[in-house]
Amino acid sequence: VSDPADVDQTLAMLAREDYLAGRALATSVFLALKLRRPLLLEGEAGVGKTELAKVIARALGTSLIRLQCYEGLDIASAAYEWNVARQMLEIRIAEARGQASREQLLADLYSREMLIERPLLQALTQPRAPVLLIDELDRADEPFEAFLLEILSEWQLSVPELGTIRATHPPIVILTSNRTREIHDALKRRCLYAWVDYPDAERELEIVRRKAGGADDRLTRQIVAFVQRVRRLELFKAPGVAETIDWANALLALDTRVLDPRSVSDTLGVLLKYQEDIARLEDEAGTIFDEMRTSGTLECQVS
Amino acid sequence: MPGVVTGRIVSNIVHFARLLRAAGVPAGPDRVLAAVDALELVGFDRGDDVHAALATVMLAGREQQAVFDAIFDAFWRDPDLFHRLTFVLPSAPNGQSDTAQPGARSRRAEQAMFPQASRAQMKLRRRIEAELSFSGQERLQRADFEGMSAREFELASRLAESLALPLRPLRTRRLAPASAGRIDLRRTLRRMARAPDTIALPRSAPRRVPPPLVILIDISGSMDRYARVFLHFAYGLTQHCRRVHTLVFGTRLTNVTRCLRDRDPDSAMARTDALVQDWRGGTRIGSSIAAFNRLWARRLLAGNAALLLITDGLERDEASLLACEAERLARFARQFVWLNPLLRFDGFSPRAAGVRALLPHVGRMLPMHNLASLADLAQSLRSVTSHSGDCFRLRQNPGYPG
Repeated sequence: VSDPADVDQTLAMLAREDYLAGRALATSVFLALKLRRPLLLEGEAGVGKTELAKVIARALGTSLIRLQCYEGLDIASAAYEWNVARQMLEIRIAEARGQASREQLLADLYSREMLIERPLLQALTQPRAPVLLIDELDRADEPFEAFLLEILSEWQLSVPELGTIRATHPPIVILTSNRTREIHDALKRRCLYAWVDYPDAERELEIVRRKAGGADDRLTRQIVAFVQRVRRLELFKAPGVAETIDWANALLALDTRVLDPRSVSDTLGVLLKYQEDIARLEDEAGTIFDEMRTSGTLECQVS
Repeated sequence: MPGVVTGRIVSNIVHFARLLRAAGVPAGPDRVLAAVDALELVGFDRGDDVHAALATVMLAGREQQAVFDAIFDAFWRDPDLFHRLTFVLPSAPNGQSDTAQPGARSRRAEQAMFPQASRAQMKLRRRIEAELSFSGQERLQRADFEGMSAREFELASRLAESLALPLRPLRTRRLAPASAGRIDLRRTLRRMARAPDTIALPRSAPRRVPPPLVILIDISGSMDRYARVFLHFAYGLTQHCRRVHTLVFGTRLTNVTRCLRDRDPDSAMARTDALVQDWRGGTRIGSSIAAFNRLWARRLLAGNAALLLITDGLERDEASLLACEAERLARFARQFVWLNPLLRFDGFSPRAAGVRALLPHVGRMLPMHNLASLADLAQSLRSVTSHSGDCFRLRQNPGYPG
């Protein structure tokens, strides 16, 4: 599988894997692949940032290496770790054999075989360029960002005891952030940037059709219209596409044929995750249904 | 499509980047080069592709999008006009500011720069400026800060460096060398390799770091005499510590963090003054906290941040709203400290409805008397923290992974 040659091919490539991107996002992906620069994706939770990385890996037929960030993520769990137990064993064996040369022993102790590879190092040593997903970078702390700079700009990693390890095939890097804090400018400067927005009604409809197959067309339309309307409320956390898909599947599992206030209130916990938001929507659900009725989204409810 | 980006287009990109820089988007030469590469790949068949490609390589954040779109639209309509404009637009002083300096150019200066400018040009230019700079007309009331005096500046810096704030430190998962704790095998082995005849067992323990800090300052009429002191205090902290965010509120909520990051104290205060529109107005603590909860809490209070609320608790909204929002806020913040500069009288009791609504939800209330200057604030904070174990210096050296 080769890289796409233009934006249209990128769109088609993603669509083949059931990922319906907007044209702007597809342009960013296309450029990231062509220019071999890391792509920083920002956006609300649940708009498909992580999914995009998985889809690119699938579409290009390459492996996905994922690094989930968290506060206090360190080199030992992100990049590499010395296999100390094996090193100790090596010393014992050398002792037992009566092997003398200290230089030789040291060289053996700090060789590549003694290194346990973690995601970042793995991404540099693959026989084919993998997709490296650095997920929720905003959860890691600033020192970790500084550490990433060398890898993302030079495609290399320095191990003090061993030297520099260069990538044979630079990975395709996707970074995601939920913007719980700002990513440092030095890192942003090395990345291409794309903001992933909620999809419009038409695209969301197509996404739900693909991801929650089995719902009939009218129900799908009602679900999407309802979610799009809910996003315009001033909520704590507006539902993302992931929530729309979950909700559609939940309604299907409950054999819902038509969206009504009852089925909505039974399944709100799938769509909204804050008690305040749920209470708010229960107040407003009637109004939304009235609006949908007058605009014709709920048509042929009685038939 | 190699070779489609020729000399004239390259120079247009350069001018476009200059305009972005003038508007505070730090699009440096590296971005220009990337833009040339990107346009080579995308081509010029579709306007939206060109737009998306340039945005991808030149932007570094969502907040820059609006400025970018405005400039892009106008630029593509008439690049020649912009060609000329780039020579008169002043470039941003340091490329750091997100928005152009407020009110820096007067109408007279504008006429001086455009002696024969046509009406259309002036109109366009004004539209751009309006979108790039803070609004001048909407300003409700100004604070009239005369900036910081040299002594105040020095004191604010000293305070931020030395002052212990009543905040608990965070215990991180990252380890640092320590005298007691887990044995660090990697360092043990390295030391043995250096000196094989000795066995020392270096140890490591979780590092403790100051928590990120969010400061909410009430700047309503009743807080008038303290606002300046607290803003200076916040400025000192912002300059010296990483991860400090400041928001002010009276009847509306404004995030002034970026203004306070300005290295020059006078300019920082002037920018804050210009950005905030409700100095000395009424107090709507409840709805301001509601706005904070909805817009900022999840972003700023992630990572176990501590919250410092500075208000006298005199509320004009319904107290029930305040109680409800304060409860929600307390759930977001790991630590919730309320700094209360009491209104002149010393014998304080929580009688005001707003105070009673807030009190059950804060972790700690620190009352302070007679604040007139930074020195007073330092004195008060010291007396509060001296008989309390839970305090921590905010300034610390940044650590590195490993």
